[in-house]
Amino acid sequence: MSIKVHELGHARAGDKGNTSNVSVVAYDDAAWQVLHSQLSVERVMAAYAHIARGPVTRYELPKLRALNFVIENALGGGVTISLAQDAHGKSLSYVMLGIELPG
Amino acid sequence: MKRDEIRVGCGAGFSDDRIDPAQEIAEQGALDYLVFECLAERTIARENLARLKDPDKGYTPYLVERFQAVLPACSRNGVRIVTNMGAANPVAAAQAVRREARALGLDEIAVAVVLGDDVTEQIRANPQLALMESGDPVESLLPRMASANAYLGADVVRDALATHAPVVMTGRVSDPSLFLGCMLHGLDWSYEDYPRLAAGTIAGHLMECAAQLTGGCFADPGKKDVANMARIGFPFADIGRDGGLVLGKVEGSGGRLDVMTCKEQVLYEMHDPTSYVTPDCILDVTGVDFEQVAPDRVRVVGARARPRTPTYKVVIGYHDGWIGEGEVGYAGPNALARARLSEQIVRERLQLRGFSYPEMRVDYIGMSSLHGMACGRQEPYEVRLRIAARSPDRKAAQAVGFEMRTLHVNGPAGGGGGTNALREVLGVKSVLLPRALVRTQVLVEGTR
Repeated sequence: MSIKVHELGHARAGDKGNTSNVSVVAYDDAAWQVLHSQLSVERVMAAYAHIARGPVTRYELPKLRALNFVIENALGGGVTISLAQDAHGKSLSYVMLGIELPG
Repeated sequence: MKRDEIRVGCGAGFSDDRIDPAQEIAEQGALDYLVFECLAERTIARENLARLKDPDKGYTPYLVERFQAVLPACSRNGVRIVTNMGAANPVAAAQAVRREARALGLDEIAVAVVLGDDVTEQIRANPQLALMESGDPVESLLPRMASANAYLGADVVRDALATHAPVVMTGRVSDPSLFLGCMLHGLDWSYEDYPRLAAGTIAGHLMECAAQLTGGCFADPGKKDVANMARIGFPFADIGRDGGLVLGKVEGSGGRLDVMTCKEQVLYEMHDPTSYVTPDCILDVTGVDFEQVAPDRVRVVGARARPRTPTYKVVIGYHDGWIGEGEVGYAGPNALARARLSEQIVRERLQLRGFSYPEMRVDYIGMSSLHGMACGRQEPYEVRLRIAARSPDRKAAQAVGFEMRTLHVNGPAGGGGGTNALREVLGVKSVLLPRALVRTQVLVEGTR
């Protein structure tokens, strides 16, 4: 049995230079337990491997039941010079939400 | 007279934001201050080029429309306006606002202008400063530099408000500082009172993207629904002298403001949540908590701040060549194969013409343009080929779109909807500049 991050939480992506940050906020306590223990740096790096060079850093905000992933070298050199259509990487939150975790 | 509580609202979260929510909040928001944040990282570089061509230009393009929409209500309701719409030319922007007030038949208004964010001279004089991105000295960028602006803090916004001018016009000021400046002035906070700076900075950070706090950038149908998104209301904050903070939006406006929208926005563009650096303080959001106190009303507690750094962050805009691009669409049987054939043809054509590129990107829109080409993607019914390339040479960049365009007649069967474009690239890089090298100044345009 696996479960998509999309079922456990919601996410938003932000940009600064060539770095993307993607937050994941758990819907409830049970979801937080799964996200906290299963949504690892390794799993996130694997999901973004064809887009970003990394590294990936994970920050925990237990009070908000949220994780914040900082993904470096993710935005085609930076918003202003990127050749990508989504230069800000606004859509990158849905790569996170598509990750499958062991349920 | 200083008050125990003030209300600060947001009228725009980016340069191309909707205009009518600002009018709504100016008319019905019972505001004391209305803040418009309209400057992206590279905007000033672009506007600096506009100013070089025409000395009366160089401020944000929608300035007139935004002021037309809110000036009558702000003037009637005594709402003071604070904005960075001045971009590369805040003095010309202030004059434009005064012209607009006259055209609307309002009383003469004074505009306080914040100057000093333009640090081009200081950067030229300090070529040894290290770029934050690479550590290299800034010297190598100087020949291509188009602009250099320091992110000023809330103290200059406070000083500008102290002139009693109803409008404050700035160039580059850090986004949360535009809001915090209203609180320093309106609540008589000390610039050394870090618990209060924390409350004001988090209020500004949450509101600076306008609708992103009130249901924008949030809806996911069936999972996270948002009501009446065509009429999303922009946020405001009630801030007490003690730093108490409750967020809200105009009653009856669209969107939603709740703990979920706040949690998404508090981490927006944040890296280490213990250390969000602004010109005013270093904000720590790890202790923050949100509480729904009424429908569309959220109390924010627990923000902390450490003392500000001894430097200002400076964004340097520089010329970085050209980007040329083009698109063409295919649908129905064998659509992807026809799009792939087009890619090969364009690559060969550009090579035949003797062009090469330091970077080229190929997107199959419908498959790979946003999340890359991961394994196992299904072939879509329709696919749109996009090719973009960068070059220091304008002609080479232009050739990309040209060759895409010729596919209509010279390419595979059934290619339609071709487009092409060419744009000048302004890159941005950052350095840290010691505060002592920055001289800020407040100038009042017009008399009170």
